[in-house]
Parts: sequence; structure tokens; C-alpha cells
Amino acid sequence: MILQQLVNGLSLGAVYAVFAVGFTLVFGVLNVLNLSQGAVFMWGAYVGLEAVRTLQLPLPAAMAVAVVAAGILGVVTEWLVFRPLQRRGAHRWMGMVGSLALARILIGAAQEVFGTQVVRYPDSALIDATIVIGAARFQGLQVVAFGVALAMVLALGILLKFTNFGRAIRTVAFDETVARLVGVPVGRVRVVTFFISGALAGGAGGLWSLLFQSVSPFMGDTILLKGLTVLILGGLGNVVGALVGGLLLGLVEVGSIVAVGSGFRDAVGFGLVLLILLTRPTGLFATREAKRA
Amino acid sequence: MPPARLSRRQAIALSAAVALAPGTSLGQAGAGKVAKIGLVQSTTGGSAALYGTEQKQAIELAFDEINDARTLGDITLRALHADDGADRGQTVNIFQRLIRQDKVVAILGPSLSNSAFAADPLAEQAGIPVVASSNTAPNLTKIGNFIFRTSVPEDQVFPTVLAYAVKKHGVKRVALVYGLDDALTRGAHDVQRKAVQDLGLEPVGIESYQRGDVDFSAQLTKIKAQKPDAIILGALAEEAAAILRQAKQLGFDEKVVFVGCNANISAKLFELAGPAANGILVGAAWFAGYDHPKSKAFVEAYRKRYGSTPDIYAAQGYDAAYLIAEAIRRADTVTDGRAVRDKLAGIQDFEGVLGRFGWSAERDATVTPKVLIGDGQAKVFVAAPAV
Repeated sequence: MILQQLVNGLSLGAVYAVFAVGFTLVFGVLNVLNLSQGAVFMWGAYVGLEAVRTLQLPLPAAMAVAVVAAGILGVVTEWLVFRPLQRRGAHRWMGMVGSLALARILIGAAQEVFGTQVVRYPDSALIDATIVIGAARFQGLQVVAFGVALAMVLALGILLKFTNFGRAIRTVAFDETVARLVGVPVGRVRVVTFFISGALAGGAGGLWSLLFQSVSPFMGDTILLKGLTVLILGGLGNVVGALVGGLLLGLVEVGSIVAVGSGFRDAVGFGLVLLILLTRPTGLFATREAKRA
Repeated sequence: MPPARLSRRQAIALSAAVALAPGTSLGQAGAGKVAKIGLVQSTTGGSAALYGTEQKQAIELAFDEINDARTLGDITLRALHADDGADRGQTVNIFQRLIRQDKVVAILGPSLSNSAFAADPLAEQAGIPVVASSNTAPNLTKIGNFIFRTSVPEDQVFPTVLAYAVKKHGVKRVALVYGLDDALTRGAHDVQRKAVQDLGLEPVGIESYQRGDVDFSAQLTKIKAQKPDAIILGALAEEAAAILRQAKQLGFDEKVVFVGCNANISAKLFELAGPAANGILVGAAWFAGYDHPKSKAFVEAYRKRYGSTPDIYAAQGYDAAYLIAEAIRRADTVTDGRAVRDKLAGIQDFEGVLGRFGWSAERDATVTPKVLIGDGQAKVFVAAPAV
């Protein structure tokens, strides 16, 4: 049973991690909290679903479409909300409120287009294989989700660490003015950062909707809160921290259901956040403020 | 507003009433009397509109049948429909208008329990009987002696279903799963827990979840280790579907019986759960395939007129319409709400589409619950095989 619960926790946590990494990236690079991320997650899920249902695409292609579409939506967030606000020299709280407003618009639009009822993938699109190891049963999908999640985060890590563009992103994260002075194309870096962040949210949405067979206009609200939790667990703007924090939150949630019951699940999760804020205010894995992203 | 001065609208209403008055009194003296009945059903306002519309259609169908057959002699039934948009403030306004201006003799509705708690006291005060056909909240009829309902609450249905599971499948150990933060699922859970206790079953686990949850694997893994014979769900259709599906994925024994609640009787359950919904047991006061002459005739007439299959709210609305008609016939009045109420309360052994039923001391419908079983292939609930 413990092994099975580990599987349950890690597959849940993997999706949290993918979402949170995108969330933390924008925060780390641009020092803004993008609250439309949950709505982008939801739209990613719907685009993936419609790619399968309406366009009859095979699942991997549908996921790719969802990821790209969500990435574009991320860029739209930058164009519609963050860039105009930055140009006007608005306080970064304004970006938070602006992105929240955009999220509500996106949710409203989804309600109009797709209705408010929960929908799911057709049976033909599902991976039904089950792997049994001892007392634990892995769904094929859980393994795939976990693998895809790790691959996505790893790819981002490599991009940030070993490519010129990654260095450019990290320079912007360090200080936008400094980046400008050394000739980093800050505007382009911002756009790409929002694209990656949106794409990760969309990827998380696709994985989530496949794993739990549930797509609805309101699905982004819960994960947004989980994303905030992970953001703090892992340290604001810390990509590796978000990965580990996501997995940790999945395990903690499952653990709290096992130990005390689901009524206390969120209390345990947020209790953990409070504990970390009080004892390690920079998060579990943060080293120094300057080393964001 | 000072009572002495009339607004423009009131003045128009008043003159209209004066203009109509001679006609009405003439009617009462002569050939036909018209019994005006308020029909307060939401036809807009989200999901409430789904079952509000069903009830409105079924009641209008019933009234037309009764009028065509001249069942009430020289009395004709007239439904005054008003849509409250699932907003209880509106329901209150509508009740006031129906009682004071339209002078209805009875009200059928409203669609939502919330609205009923707000508006029913007005009717109670005015002495106008109200028959609800979709309110299932506990204690609704405690509002007063004039409040009746043909909608059957969970606690009258669930014990029969669980007893069936015990008899048919030898269920002894049960686990319960319910939604923690929803009045409907919590209410269902309370009823279920009491039934488990009353039947002397052993609860081996009680798990909960929160609104919006889609991952139930942790709860189900916990339950699986307890080896229950049955899992009882106090969950909405979406969540019940996810639970059924995930239990299958986690490799629950095929013999484990799932017992659902009222809210699971929905096409959504099959749509979302697929074959995993096969074999789930639920209880209902009525279902479209119910083998009873009145019910069959109703389903056929409804389909013919509206082109769709009626749901349980339509059936309960249809019976409410016939009950109020019968009460008016016995009271032989189109104005005296109190007389109609007394005759209504006196109706026992009424043969409706729900089968035979009467009123409990609390003016709830007493009706034999039907045990239904999910058919994953046909995506419908059918009558469960006899024990």
C-alpha cells in the first residue's frame, strides 16, 4: 500500500512540478507573479482535448498542439498585461491584478465555448496499460506523465544552464538594466520566457486532464494555489526547487490523506508553507536572492 | 411608498383587475370556473433551469390532459408560469405577486430548496398550499402545514438500496467516500452513515474529498487495503465517475459493489466513467423505464409532446399536478386555498407515475423506492434484478 501511495503521490506531484516550474520561471526572470497561469493550464487541457476529439489527432500530436497553444497564450499574457504595464511604469502588483483579470476573462471564454460541465477524453485516446510491481499498480499513463514531466523540466534546465539564450535569460533574471547594458535582447527574452512558462502550464494541463480524465473551465483555480505553494516550498524563482517542491507537495498531500484524512490535506500543505516561511523564508532550496532562475 | 398614492404601474394593474373582475364573477356564476395555479419553475439560471423546465413541461402536460378529459367537471385549471431564474429574491417577488395579485389557489414549485425556504413562508401565511416536486432539502416541509412535496429525499430511498446490496451481494464491510464541503454530498453521507448503522454493517473506512478534486487514488488505495465488500458514494456525478474509474485502475476486486446516491443518477456518470459505471447501485423514486401503466403512459405522452424522455423531476412534477387537481376536485373550489390544502392532505393511496403513494405526517411523499443498477453498455440505469 505504501508503494502504491508513493506512485499516487509522485504522479500527482509530477504535474504540480511541471506547472510550478513554469510559474516560478516567470517570477524568477521577471520578478512578477503571473496569476493567469491557472487559466493557461485550463486552456492547454481544452486545446489538447479538442485536438483529439475534433481534429482527431493522435495523442502525442495533440499534446504538442496544446503545449504550443498554451505557450502562445503565455506570450499573449505578456503582450496584453505585463508589457503595457511595465511600459507605464506600473507597480508589479498591478501585473498580478492584471493577470488575474485576464485569467477571469479566459475562464469566462472557456465557459462560453465549452460549457461548464466536466468532460473527458474519448476512450480510444487512452493508454490503458497497467504495470504491476509487487502491490503497486502503475498506470501506463502515470509512467508517461512522470517521464514527460521530468523531460520537460530537464530540457528547461539544460536550456537555462548551457545555452547562450539560457545565459541571456539568467542575466535578465539577475537585473534587467544590467542585461540591457551588456546587450541582451531583453524584449525577446521576456517573450520567450512567457512562451516557455505558458507551454509548461499547457503541458501540465494536458497531463492532468489525461491522468484524471477531467477537464472543466474551473480546473485552473486549484492548481494555481498548488503552484503558489510550490513556489514558496522551492524558493521563489528557483526552477530546481519548483521541481522538487512539486513532487514533495504531491507526496505530502497523499501522505496527509493517508495519515489524517483529506479534510486536512490543504491544511497540511499550507501548514508546510507557513512552516517554511517561518524557518527558511527563501524556500527549501534557495541559496541567494541573486541566483534566481 | 405612502399607501394612499398609487404608482402608475399599480394604477394600470388595478384598472386591469377591475376590467377583468366582472368576467371572473360571471364565470363563477355560470358554466366554467378557472382554478389559477402558480407554476414557479426556473427556466433560466444555470443547472436549475434543466429540471425547472422538465417540471414546467410535465405540469403543463398534466393540466392539458386534465382539462381535456374534464376530470374536474366545470373547473378548468390554468397554470400561471413564472421564471425565478434560480434566484430566491425573485422567487419571493413571484410568490407575492401570485398570492396578492393573481389570487392563485395553489402553487407548484419552486425549483430550488433554497428558494423554497425563502418563499414558502409567504404561502404558508396566506394559506395557499404549495407542492414542490424537486426540493429535497431536509426539513423543508417543517415550514408549515401548507407545504407538501412529491420529491423524495435521500433518506427515504437509500436504506432500501443498501438493504438490497446486503441481501443480493452479502455486503458486510463497507467504506464510505463523500464530498466534505458540499451540502448535498454531506447530506447524502449522513443518510448513508445512518443506514449503515441501522443495518448493522461494519464501516471499515470513511474517506472524504473536497470540491474540485479529481484525484481520488490516495483515498481509494487506503480503502482498498481495508478490503470492503461495498463502497458507498456521497458524491456528485462527476466525482463518482472519477472514483469508479480510478478504482478500476487501482485494481479493486470485481466483487466490490459501489452504491451511489441520488446525484449519481445522471447521464454524466456514464459519459465520464464509461464501462467503470457498470453495476453501480442507486435508488430512485422513479426512472423512465419503470414498469407501471401510468408511468409508461406518461413517458409516452411526454415524448410525443416534447420529443425527449422525461427525467425524475418531470415525473414528480406530473404527479404534483395531478394531486393538486384531485384536491381541487374534492374541495370543489377555485379560491379557497385552505379547503384545497385539507383535501390534499387527505389524499392517501394515490396512484401516480411514481407508483402508489400518500403523504407522511410531515407531508412528504411516501413512495416505494426503486433499486437501479448502472448498465455501462447502454449508458442507462435499469431496474436491478430481484434478490
